[in-house]
Amino acid sequence: MTEPTPDDRKDAMSETAAEQPAEAKRGPEVATRERRQGALSPSGETPYLVVEDLTVKFPTADGVVSAVNGLSYSVPLGRTLAIVGESGSGKSVSSMAVMGLHDPRRSKITGSIRLGGDELVGMPEADLMKVRGDAVSMVFQDPQSSLHPLYTVGKQIAEAYLVHHKVSKEVAKKRTLEMLDLVGIPNPARRFNQYPHEFSGGMRQRAMIAMGLVNDPKLVIADEPTTALDVTVQAQILDLLNNLQKEFGSAIVLITHDLGVVAEMADDVLVMYAGRCVEYGTAEDVLANPRMPYTWGLLESIPTVSAANERLRPIKGLPPSLLNLPSGCSFNPRCPYKDRVKGERCTTDLPELLPVDGAGLHTSRCHLPDKASIYETEVLPRLG
Amino acid sequence: MLYFLGRRIISALSVVFVTLVATFALFFVAPTDPAGAICGARNCPPDRLAEIRAGLGLDEPKVKQFTSYLEGLVAGRTYVNGGVERDCAAPCLGYSFKNDRPVLDMLKERLPVTISLVAGAAVIMLTVGVTIGSMAAKRRGTAGDRALVTSTLIVSSIPYYIVALMISLYLTIFYPILPRGQWTSPFDSPGKWIAGFVTPWLVLGLVNTTQYVRYSRGSMVESLSEDYIRTARAKGLSDRVVTYKHALRTALIPVITIFGLDVAGMLAGAIFTERIFDLPGLGQLVLQSLVNYDLPVIMGTVLISSIFLVAANLVVDIVYSLIDPRVRLS
Amino acid sequence: MSDTVRPIDQAPSNAETLLQIRDLKMHFPIKEAAGLARTKKVVQAVDGVSFDLKAGASLGLVGESGCGKSTTGRMITRLLTPTSGQILFKGTDIARLKEKDLRPFRRQLQIVFQDPYSSLNPRQTVSNIISTPLRVHNLVKKGKELARVQELLERVGLNPEHHNRYPNEFSGGQRQRIGIARALAVEPEVIIADEPVSALDVSIQAQVMNLLEDLRRDLGIAFVFIAHDLGVVRHFCDTVAVMYLGKIVEQGPREQIYGAPQHPYTQALLSAAPDLGTIRGIPPKERIRLVGDVPSPIDPPSGCRFRTRCWKAEDICATQEPLLEGKPQSTPGHAAACHFAEPKLDLTAATA
Ligand SMILES: Nc1ncnc2c1ncn2[C@@H]1O[C@H](COP(=O)(O)OP(=O)(O)OP(=O)(O)O)[C@@H](O)[C@H]1O
Ligand SMILES: Nc1ncnc2c1ncn2[C@@H]1O[C@H](COP(=O)(O)OP(=O)(O)OP(=O)(O)O)[C@@H](O)[C@H]1O
Ligand code: SF4
Ligand code: SF4
Ligand SMILES: [Mg+2]
Ligand SMILES: [Mg+2]
Repeated sequence: MTEPTPDDRKDAMSETAAEQPAEAKRGPEVATRERRQGALSPSGETPYLVVEDLTVKFPTADGVVSAVNGLSYSVPLGRTLAIVGESGSGKSVSSMAVMGLHDPRRSKITGSIRLGGDELVGMPEADLMKVRGDAVSMVFQDPQSSLHPLYTVGKQIAEAYLVHHKVSKEVAKKRTLEMLDLVGIPNPARRFNQYPHEFSGGMRQRAMIAMGLVNDPKLVIADEPTTALDVTVQAQILDLLNNLQKEFGSAIVLITHDLGVVAEMADDVLVMYAGRCVEYGTAEDVLANPRMPYTWGLLESIPTVSAANERLRPIKGLPPSLLNLPSGCSFNPRCPYKDRVKGERCTTDLPELLPVDGAGLHTSRCHLPDKASIYETEVLPRLG
Repeated sequence: MLYFLGRRIISALSVVFVTLVATFALFFVAPTDPAGAICGARNCPPDRLAEIRAGLGLDEPKVKQFTSYLEGLVAGRTYVNGGVERDCAAPCLGYSFKNDRPVLDMLKERLPVTISLVAGAAVIMLTVGVTIGSMAAKRRGTAGDRALVTSTLIVSSIPYYIVALMISLYLTIFYPILPRGQWTSPFDSPGKWIAGFVTPWLVLGLVNTTQYVRYSRGSMVESLSEDYIRTARAKGLSDRVVTYKHALRTALIPVITIFGLDVAGMLAGAIFTERIFDLPGLGQLVLQSLVNYDLPVIMGTVLISSIFLVAANLVVDIVYSLIDPRVRLS
Repeated sequence: MSDTVRPIDQAPSNAETLLQIRDLKMHFPIKEAAGLARTKKVVQAVDGVSFDLKAGASLGLVGESGCGKSTTGRMITRLLTPTSGQILFKGTDIARLKEKDLRPFRRQLQIVFQDPYSSLNPRQTVSNIISTPLRVHNLVKKGKELARVQELLERVGLNPEHHNRYPNEFSGGQRQRIGIARALAVEPEVIIADEPVSALDVSIQAQVMNLLEDLRRDLGIAFVFIAHDLGVVRHFCDTVAVMYLGKIVEQGPREQIYGAPQHPYTQALLSAAPDLGTIRGIPPKERIRLVGDVPSPIDPPSGCRFRTRCWKAEDICATQEPLLEGKPQSTPGHAAACHFAEPKLDLTAATA
C-alpha cells in the first residue's frame, strides 16, 4: 500500500480540504468536528472521496423511505473502506448515490459527495456521465445479471473504454484484451468473443472487474463482489482486487456483509445500521476493539470454533422499517444494553457519532458510558 | 441448424396436414350442401342436384375425396366434368364450386392485396408501437405515460370493426380527408398503390399499434430495471444509448414473438379491413367461400393460412436465435 | 439474548440408523444439437454418494455450487428419482418406490429449501401453507387444524396470531421459519435442510440456526444439512461430507474434517474461507489458492475428478480413481478419496 509522504499529504490536503491545521496541532474537538464532516478518513490520510452528510430518500406510495441518513465517510487513494451492515441498511443505495445512479425523479439526495474536490451532488447529468465509469467505477454483486446477456463480453468491456476515450475500435479491443489478461482470464482472444453465459461465475466477475478497471479509475466501488461466488473463487477474486489495488493505487469502497471478507480486505470499516453510520474506524478499531452494541451483535452472531457446541447469539428482532425509524437510537428495539443507559435516552435521543475515546478517529454512535469495559469484560469472552 | 430446420419442417407439414383434415371433417359435419347452393333454385330438380354433385365429385366417398385432394396437391390431378377433361398441375387446389375457376389462380390474385395491406400495417405497428412504448417506459409513472397507457386501453377495448368503419365512413366518405381504399398493383402504378392503401394501412396499423405500445412498454419497463442496465449506466453511457441499445435489444425479444404470429394471422385474411375498405384480398375470399359452401376455396385458404402460421413460427425462432445467443436451435 | 449456554447433545452412538444411502447416482440426460444429428449426453450431477444417518444425528453436506448437494437432497426426499443406487429408510429401499407406496415415507422425510422467497406460495396464507401437509397425510381432525398450525408457529418462534397473513408480509428469516413449520407439521424423522440460512443475514441466520438446534435436541429430528458456509456446518453437524463434482471426496467426524483434513480439496476449501481471526492477532492460516474453475459435470476428468485443480496431482490421479476410504492413520469414520491423502493441521480459522 502506498503511504503518501508528508509532502504529498500536505499538497493534497490544501487541494481538497483547505486550511486544515496540521494533525498534531488540532485539539480533539476540532478533530471530532472534521471527522464528523467526513473530512478525514480513520487513518488521517487525505481522502480522494469525501461523502458528507449524505441523505437519500425515496418517496413511495407507502411514504418516504429514508434509505440513507446523514452518512459521512472518506476514502484516500490506495486504501480500502469496507461498508458492512445487514441487508437493507443502505449500503448499496449510498454507493449508487456516489455513482449518481439514482433516478432524480424517484429519489431525493442531499449532502455532499466530493470526488477529488469536485462536487457530485447536483452535478448536471452530462458532466456526471463523464465521471461515471472513468474516475469512479462500480463492480456489482451478481455478475450473472450485471452483464448484458446479448452482447459479447469483449464488446461490453470495449464499450466502457470507448465511452471515455476517443480511439478506434481496434485500440479499444487491444486494451480489452490486456484487461482480460490482467484479471486472469486465460485465452483472452477467444474469450473476447464469447457471451456471458459461456463464462463461469468466477470468470464473469473477473470480466466485471476488467470492465470496472478498464479506464484506470481512481475509485472503485465493489458492491458485494463475491457474495454470489463460492469460497474458493471468492478467495481468487479478493486476491485479484488486492493485487490490482497495489498496482494502481486506487481507492476501493468494498460493500459486504461478511466480516471475514472485511478482515481480509479492509483498511477502514464503516458499520451501517438503518441508513446511518453506527461505527467507523480502521479495521483493527472496528473488528478488534468495537465500541457499539450492533457491531458486537454482528460479531457474536458468527459461529466460532471454540464455541462450536454452544448456541449462537443472534441479535434478536428484525431491522426497523425505513418508513418509520424508531425514535432515538435506531438500534434500541434490538439492543440488549439499552437499560444500562440512564434515563430513556436510547429511545429519545439519537446518539451522535463521537470518538470512542474522546478524541481520535475511531467513532461510534451509542450512549453507553463504559463501552470499552463492557466489550473487554462481557463481549470479548463470548467471542471465543 | 440443418437438423433443426429438417425437424421443424416435418413438424410444420404435419400441422398443415392436421389442419386440412380438420377443415375437411368440419365441412362435412356441418349440414352443408354446396350443390344446393349452386343450383340456386329452391325447388332444384333432384336429378339436376345429383348431376352437380357428381360433377363436383361430391358423390364419392368422403375419404376418397380427401385423398384425391391430397393427391392433387402433391402430384396434380385431372378433373372430368361433363365429358371435358381438365388438367390441374401440382400443387392443384381444385376448382371453385361456385365459379369453376382454379383455386390456385384465385389465391394468387388475392395474395398480393393482402400482403400489401399487411406489410404496410406491420411496419407501422412495429415501428410506431415500439418507439412510443419505449418512450413511455423511460418516462414510466409520469402523467404522460399514464395518459398514454389509458388511451391505448380505451382504443383496444373498442371493437376493431367499429373503429375501422367509423374512420372509413367519416374520413373517406363524409369528410374525404383520406383517400378511399382501392387495389392497384404496385407494378402498374406505385403512386396509386400507395394512395389506395394509405387509409387501410393507417387504420389497421395504428389500431394494432396500441397493443404494441403496451407490449413493448411492459417489456421495456422490465428490461430497464435489469441489473445490466445499471451496469451500462455505470459505465458512463448516455441515456439514449442505454435505452435504445442495451434495453431495447432484450425488450424486443417477446415483442417479436407476438409480432410474428400477429402478422401470420393478418396474412390469413384481414377480413374486416378488406371488407370495409373494399380490398379484394384473401379475407374477402374467405368470406365469400364460406357463404357459398365453396369447399375447394375454403380448403385453399385454410391451407395457405396454416402455412403462414407455421412459417411465422419458424421465422420467429430463427430471429430469436439471431438476437439471443443463449438460444440454440435444437 | 439468552445467556445460558447449553451444549448440543451429540447423537447417541447406539442410536438407530435411519438412513443408509448407497452409491446414489443422478445422471440428467441432456440433448445437444450437433450438425444433422443430436447427441445425447448426461450431466453426472451425483455420481456414487454413500452415507449413513442415525436418529437425531446431523450430517453436513458441503461443497461448491453445482457439486450436487441439492440433487442429493432431492433424491433422498424423492423429489427426484435416482438413476441408480439405494436409499434405505429404516431398511426399506425407497429409491424406486412408486408414488403410492412412497406416501408414508414422504411424511418421514421433509425438506426445507434455500430460498425463503420462492419456496412459499405467495397466494396462500401461512395457515394454508402449513395445514396442507396435515390434510394430505390426514394428521389432524377437522376443526383442530388451526390449533395445530398455531402450535407449530409458536414452535418456530412466530406469532401464532399471524396465521392469516401472506408470505410477503414476513421477512426472509420469518419466511424460513414458515418453511420449517411446514416441514415440522408432519412430524418427520429426518429433515433435509438445503441451505436453510444461506439467504439470510448473519444476525438472522443465527436465529434460524438456533431454532434448528432446538428442533434437533427437543424433537430428536435427524438432519442432512446442506450448506456452503463451512462455519455454520461446523456449528451444526457432527459428521461432515465434502462433495466435489458429484462425489464425496472426504467424510468424517467434524473435528477431523476441520482439524485434520486429508483431501486437498477440503484443505483448499477451509483455507479459502475468509478469516476474522487475523485482526485479533491470531497468526494468519496457510493460504491455498485453487486456480481455474470446477470442470463440467457433463464431461468430468478421468481418474480423480479434482486433479485438474489439484497441486498434488500425479500421473496415477488421471488413470485411477481414488476410493473413499479410511487411511491407516485416520480416526474411525474418517475417509478421504485421494491417492495422496495426508492430514494438514491448522487450516481452520478461529471463525469461518
Ligand atoms: N428505488 C427505491 N425505492 C424505494 N426504496 C428503495 C429503493 N432502493 C432501495 N430502497 C430501499 O432502501 C433500503 C436500503 O437498500 P440497499 O439496497 O442500500 O440495502 P443494502 O444495504 O445494499 O442491502 P443488501 O445487503 O440486501 O444489498 C432498502 O430497504 C430498500 O428497500
Ligand atoms: N434437472 C436438471 N437437468 C440437468 N442438469 C441438472 C438438473 N438439475 C441439476 N443439474 C446439474 O447438476 C449439477 C448439480 O446441481 P445441484 O443443484 O445439485 O448443485 P448444488 O451442489 O446444490 O449447487 P448450489 O450450491 O449452487 O445449490 C449442476 O451442474 C446442475 O447444473
Ligand atoms: S444508544 Fe442505547 S440503544 Fe443504541 S446502541 Fe447504544 S445502548 Fe443500545
Ligand atoms: S487423487 Fe490426486 S488429484 Fe485427486 S486429490 Fe488426490 S492428489 Fe489430488
Ligand atoms: Mg446491496
Ligand atoms: Mg443447491
